[in-house]
Amino acid sequence: MTGVGTVTLGHFLSLGAVLFALSVIGIFLNRKNLIVLLMAIELMLLAVNTNFIAFSYYLGGMDGQVFVFFILTVAAAESAIGLAILVVLFRNRSTIAVDELDELRG
Amino acid sequence: MTSALSANLLLAVPLAPLAGAIVAGFFGRAIGRSGAHYVTILGVLISFILSAMVLWDVTQGSARFDATVYEWMSFGGLKMEIGFLIDGLSALMMVVVTFVSLMVHVYTVGYMAEDPGYVRFFSYISLFTFSMLMLVMSNNFLQLFFGWEAVGLVSYLLIGFWYTRPTAIFANMKAFIVNRVGDFGFILGIGLVVAFAGTLNYAEAFAKGGELARLMFANPFGGEPWMLISVTCICLFIGACAKSAQVPLHVWLPDSMEGPTPISALIHAATMVTAGIFMVARMSPLFELSDTALSVMLVIGATTALFMGLLGVVQNDIKRVVAYSTLSQLGYMTVALGASAYSAGIFHLMTHACFKALLFLGAGSVIIGMHHDQDIRNMGGLRKYMPLTWITFLVGTLALIGTPLFAGFYSKDSIIEAVQASHLSGASFAAFAVVASVFVTALYSLRLYFLVFHGKERFRDKPFPAADDHDHGHGHAPHESPWVVTLPLVLLAIPSALIGYLTIGPLLFNGFFDDSIVVDAARHPAMRELAQEFHGAAAMALHGLTALPFWLALAGAVTAWACFLWRPGIADAIKAHSVFVNRVLDNKYYFDWFNEHVIAAGGRRLGQGLWQGADLGLIDGAIVNGSARVVGAVAGIVRLVQTGHLYWYALVMVLGVVGLMTWQLWPFLSSLLLR
Repeated sequence: MTGVGTVTLGHFLSLGAVLFALSVIGIFLNRKNLIVLLMAIELMLLAVNTNFIAFSYYLGGMDGQVFVFFILTVAAAESAIGLAILVVLFRNRSTIAVDELDELRG
Repeated sequence: MTSALSANLLLAVPLAPLAGAIVAGFFGRAIGRSGAHYVTILGVLISFILSAMVLWDVTQGSARFDATVYEWMSFGGLKMEIGFLIDGLSALMMVVVTFVSLMVHVYTVGYMAEDPGYVRFFSYISLFTFSMLMLVMSNNFLQLFFGWEAVGLVSYLLIGFWYTRPTAIFANMKAFIVNRVGDFGFILGIGLVVAFAGTLNYAEAFAKGGELARLMFANPFGGEPWMLISVTCICLFIGACAKSAQVPLHVWLPDSMEGPTPISALIHAATMVTAGIFMVARMSPLFELSDTALSVMLVIGATTALFMGLLGVVQNDIKRVVAYSTLSQLGYMTVALGASAYSAGIFHLMTHACFKALLFLGAGSVIIGMHHDQDIRNMGGLRKYMPLTWITFLVGTLALIGTPLFAGFYSKDSIIEAVQASHLSGASFAAFAVVASVFVTALYSLRLYFLVFHGKERFRDKPFPAADDHDHGHGHAPHESPWVVTLPLVLLAIPSALIGYLTIGPLLFNGFFDDSIVVDAARHPAMRELAQEFHGAAAMALHGLTALPFWLALAGAVTAWACFLWRPGIADAIKAHSVFVNRVLDNKYYFDWFNEHVIAAGGRRLGQGLWQGADLGLIDGAIVNGSARVVGAVAGIVRLVQTGHLYWYALVMVLGVVGLMTWQLWPFLSSLLLR
């Protein structure tokens, strides 16, 4: 029986979904700042981590938690590299506005 | 059956001329002209002496050799080897080849004396001797094919020997291409043997002949199934057709007269063109199994014998007359093969090699005497100026037309009688054709003889000047040729006169070919009937005097005399009254026209069509440029999606993920929604 106040798997998954949706919307809506974009991506990873941990806890396996460690490590490395790229980009273009970075247009 | 023959001795036979060819070919500049002819003549002389010893061993001790001397490679069960099979047939061929070759080598010293390509020429003819010996001594199909192609190559090189003449280049291309057509059939035949007998070795393949004879082929055109053995034999015979210049693949031989005369004698009369005849005789255990193939040979041989002989009557180039005569005589040999009288065919091959080489070398001597004018209408009365050439040429002509006691009589009469004894379909046509062409043979041979050696001396005023007449004012009398030219003539005249009388008994009726040629006497009794009627060479000559061929030959001789010597007007009158026949003969039955305008033009049009349609249109247009255009068009649409904005890519990616997940989870989702 699950009454009011009991935290179930559904709650965790809903939290993950909300986080994920927030980050996706952040990516679409953000036209100005590339740093916000990076933050949205981090948020997306956190949403995934939440799901992993929730499943790991409710299904009783350790695999999900191990994955989370890996994801955190990789995310840290990725942020470092991403920020470094941003710095270089800014030095070259004097801007980090997303709208102005359309060199790839076909 | 003692084998007194050693492999080393046999190896020396083909290798001696090869060594000569290599030395003369690669070091010709160092050893000079006389060095080149000494070394090649020495090589061929060694080869001739050894061949004669081999033949002697074979006739005396019935020595026989069939072994591999070198294994080239083997894969699966198929062995590719170099080996020799020496029996009556190959020993005889070796002697014929090396003898004529030796004569031609000596003759060339005189004939080519002023030619800048002297050393090259000697190298080529020695190489030819090597190739031809490899061909006849072979004990397997692969080596046979090697020799076959090698003699074809040398023939090509020598027809185009004077490579600055456009006509010579045209002629050697023609010879090469026509021979490729034949080789295609030949290699198909060999392929069938290998596929179904599983071996390249003669003895092993022949041993499986009986099995092959029972196999059938589905007829690709519907109807009765074909016998495998017939298809195989006909394929092999197509190869023989091209090499031995049988209708319709004969067109290259008359044009091959563009080569120097010694070559015409050696390759295009005495030896190489008889390779087809030899090959069929060698394959007699297979051909005996197929009546169809034998009938085909009868008909094609008879057609060649009669109709090519007729062309000789209207030719005016001395070498071309002899060339058409060669075609006709090769037709006789083919008819003999078709009548299962293989030994008679080989016998005619041998006598023909002697007298045809003699006639060609005689013609060459006349050409030297006439300062390289070959038109017989410009000759006449040469008898006085070139006595040795005259008398030897006369011997050759008599042998050719089948005068009793001369060589040609015995071989030709044997063939005629064998054909008459054959019961295969086509035999009656063949019998008619070979008898009729006796008349034709006498007509063209004696026309040539009378026009060249008798009658009015026309060489002073030259009624028919050659197009490339470099005769700058020395319209002086012809002269006899030097001794190196006349010596071979004499040496060839002797066997031309005598060899038939001496060898018909031992060769045809004494079992000389028993271990090399197989005849199914029950079904093809021609040779057996001949043997029953044979009572010695002299009796045969006596009997020949009362037989039809002799009187036909006499009639031909008289006709030739009347038309071309006694009343030259007759020939012109006949010509004027038979315009149509004359035009057909002048155009050689339109074979060249057909090849030129139908086959060659069709080939060119097909090539043009493939180039325009397949290459430019399909490959370049549709496949290469077409795919580039498709990529361009697709990219033109897809590039609209590429905005360059990150959020746009992210949106598409997310939409993609949603789409994919919807698709994957559809059963689950639909059950959720429908609940």
